[in-house]
Amino acid sequence: MTAPAIELKGISKAFGPVQANKDISLSVAKGAIHGIVGENGAGKSTLMSILYGFYKADAGEIWINGKQTNIPDSQAAIRAGIGMVHQHFKLVENFTVVENVILGAEDGAMLRPSISKARKVLIDLEKEYGLEVDPDAVIEDLSVGHQQRVEILKQLYREADILILDEPTGVLTPSEADQLFRILGRLKEEGKTIILITHKLREIMDITDTVSVMRRGEMTATVKTAETSPAQIAELMVGRKVLLQVDKDPANPGDVVLDVQNLRVVDPTGVERVKSISFQIRAGEILGIAGVAGNGQTELLEVLGGMIPAQGGTVTLHGEQIDLTGRESDGQSRRRRGIGHVPEDRQVEGLIMPYEAWENVAFGYHYDVKYQSGPLMNNAAIKADCAEKMERYDVRPPNPRLPARNFSGGNQQKIVVAREMDRQPELLLIGQPTRGVDIGAIEFIHKQIIALRDAGKAVLLVSVELDEIMGLSDRIAVMFDGVISGERLPSETNEGDLGLLMAGVNETKGAA
Amino acid sequence: MAESTYIERLFQGFERRTSGGMPLWADVILIPLVSVALALFASGLVVYFIIGENPFRAMSIMVNGAFGSAYGWGYTLFYTTNFIFTGLAVAVAFHARLFNIGGEGQAYVAGIGAAIACLLIPWPHWSLALIAVTFLTGLFGAGWAAIPAYLQAKRGSHIVITTIMFNFIAASLMIYVLNNIFTIPGSAETASVRFPEATHLPNAGAFAGFLGFRSSTPLNVSFFIALLAAVGVWLLIWRTRLGYEIRAFGHSETAAVYAGISPVKITMIAMLISGGLSGLMAINAVQGESEQLRLDFVAGAGFVGIAVALMGRSHPIGVCFAALLFGMLYQGGAELAFEMPAVSREMILVIQALVILFTGALDNMVRMPMEKLFMSMRRGAS
Repeated sequence: MTAPAIELKGISKAFGPVQANKDISLSVAKGAIHGIVGENGAGKSTLMSILYGFYKADAGEIWINGKQTNIPDSQAAIRAGIGMVHQHFKLVENFTVVENVILGAEDGAMLRPSISKARKVLIDLEKEYGLEVDPDAVIEDLSVGHQQRVEILKQLYREADILILDEPTGVLTPSEADQLFRILGRLKEEGKTIILITHKLREIMDITDTVSVMRRGEMTATVKTAETSPAQIAELMVGRKVLLQVDKDPANPGDVVLDVQNLRVVDPTGVERVKSISFQIRAGEILGIAGVAGNGQTELLEVLGGMIPAQGGTVTLHGEQIDLTGRESDGQSRRRRGIGHVPEDRQVEGLIMPYEAWENVAFGYHYDVKYQSGPLMNNAAIKADCAEKMERYDVRPPNPRLPARNFSGGNQQKIVVAREMDRQPELLLIGQPTRGVDIGAIEFIHKQIIALRDAGKAVLLVSVELDEIMGLSDRIAVMFDGVISGERLPSETNEGDLGLLMAGVNETKGAA
Repeated sequence: MAESTYIERLFQGFERRTSGGMPLWADVILIPLVSVALALFASGLVVYFIIGENPFRAMSIMVNGAFGSAYGWGYTLFYTTNFIFTGLAVAVAFHARLFNIGGEGQAYVAGIGAAIACLLIPWPHWSLALIAVTFLTGLFGAGWAAIPAYLQAKRGSHIVITTIMFNFIAASLMIYVLNNIFTIPGSAETASVRFPEATHLPNAGAFAGFLGFRSSTPLNVSFFIALLAAVGVWLLIWRTRLGYEIRAFGHSETAAVYAGISPVKITMIAMLISGGLSGLMAINAVQGESEQLRLDFVAGAGFVGIAVALMGRSHPIGVCFAALLFGMLYQGGAELAFEMPAVSREMILVIQALVILFTGALDNMVRMPMEKLFMSMRRGAS
């Protein structure tokens, strides 16, 4: 029997008082696809960073192909045949594919010989693994799926035998994800070992041979994928039984709350992001907007939330016009009109990371009279309000004095959700409600959204997670290239159908 | 959770750059002290090896010159007053992530405000004159900051570039003003006529004579205005809605827009307040010390304010202590240059630069090992 491709023995790593990895042992056979799942902060990234030489383990050994290997930096990882495809691509946008591939692996001071050599190697690699990309295409002209292929090619060019992929499908359409999985299958056939880090249980079930579950820095289980079920993995991840399906009653839509007509958004560079779209949302209804990231959903949320001006169209809330360009077009005015907004990116938009939790609980609502005392802010009142919200929304730890950055992703999101939903807004704009949020918190946030709907409020949900869209929405609209490419009822559609709409193919209903 | 102590509340908002978990006193007192000690050690090496003088004697001359007598204290606190104003100015802008390098020019132009207030109206009492001067110097300082602020807010012209350029414009403008508008008839001196007696601010010798102060030093009541300004800035930044918005904008412009905070408004207001604070320095230097408008009365205080804000971590208390340190370096340095002729004026600048280097730029060099130390101490204790 050949030695395993990777063997980790007793890896431990602490950051201050936080034990990120506790005595972790893992063995991955050559030519296998091994999944690693776990909630945010479970220690997956730390473990992979140790394997790739970003961090040094406090204790433990790394064995590669049966040999004990010391990996002090990423150069050493590359020499040991380990390649990493990051969640956020590390590509130079205005370089060509070849230029990106040789970056950092040039043969000499002059570029021309290395480029022509690399082009040959690249074409061979592409043929071997079915990774077609034009070697001379410029990165920014490529689709996200193709950019990811370049990342994989980069690792193969460096003769990586072990590939680590960190959340590779987060930015892909379903069909692009399928293509990626075909490529991974091909790589596996050629004897490459693949580690797939993901939080999507479906992917684990579809493609991996074995799967390890991490929880609170420990490896809680390693099982053969064929012998397990999504429910069992979810339970191992969270440590208790979780509801994977969203539980909700049929919608009971009332009057029209939000009416959007011919809304247009042009960004500062002159690109039309939202192209004259129209839709309505009724009271007690959730409209889900599906689509691959970057097709105008972000701008739609931002314009409705008062972050950017519109270039045309009208929006009414309960029949009353909303100012889209003038003095009343800012986030403050929107909040006064009863529009809550959970933004897509909580770390950059929704929270001030160095602010303590109580300061964040007032964020955007700091003009609220109950937060004032004379000319000063009533910090005591805000803190009390925060403590109370933290308890009801199960924010852990329930400490209003902790800076936002010290909370886990799920608890950060709960702070935002508590702030925006607790006031029972007439209309809730919510973008990527559970991105980077652990399973337990996902369940909680979904329940809150359903509860708001059942209270007769309108919800506009934007998400790139099809499962989430299908599970929560009462109606689904798909955005592609700034327009709504189709609208479906969740009961009358499936992932394949939505996937086509997301790719801009509008077929008649019922095709699957 | 324990109730925060009074001291903790006072120190609220001292930006903790890391979540290293050091106690507050280590962060705000110990680290600056260690940095200063390192800077003085480096200065000692310079004094010993380059000049060949005894560094301990140099050190004792400096400290004695600054704190050894009421005379020394008078000058030290006079400089401190200037640096509190300019340090607070830089600190307020810092909170909005605006780097106001233009304190020098803003304070300089504010001198016109002081001159107008003192020369145009026959004041019956210095206190009324002081109110007018405070208002006009603030206004002129804010006005001089308004153009760079507007260019940043509306046109995206970088505030560092524009405020630096406005320092040069201010310098030229003041030469024009002192040659053509505020002149002494029949004299070639580039200065305004002396302000009337009634506008002269009480000297420390008058109100604190019991502490040994004499009117031989320029320390005057505007020192208390500086302390009041520090309290005001603390209230503004950590207790008002505006301060909340300024800090939020400083941390993340995108988030500010999300919350409905206007970047244009915050940029303008933060810079106007910053310019106004710089301008207040003219109360001390123009109305308080020279009692006339003179060429180059700012004398670098605007730039020292940057170092003071940096060292004080943009917190009013930190700014006050840092201003005191630089006041001591100025006064003690002058004494040193006098007592040790081998130590030139430029060498004093080298020492001041070393303090800035160690407390500002090399802050992390001290911080990181300290954090490790505290971490291991805590682990050992638990």
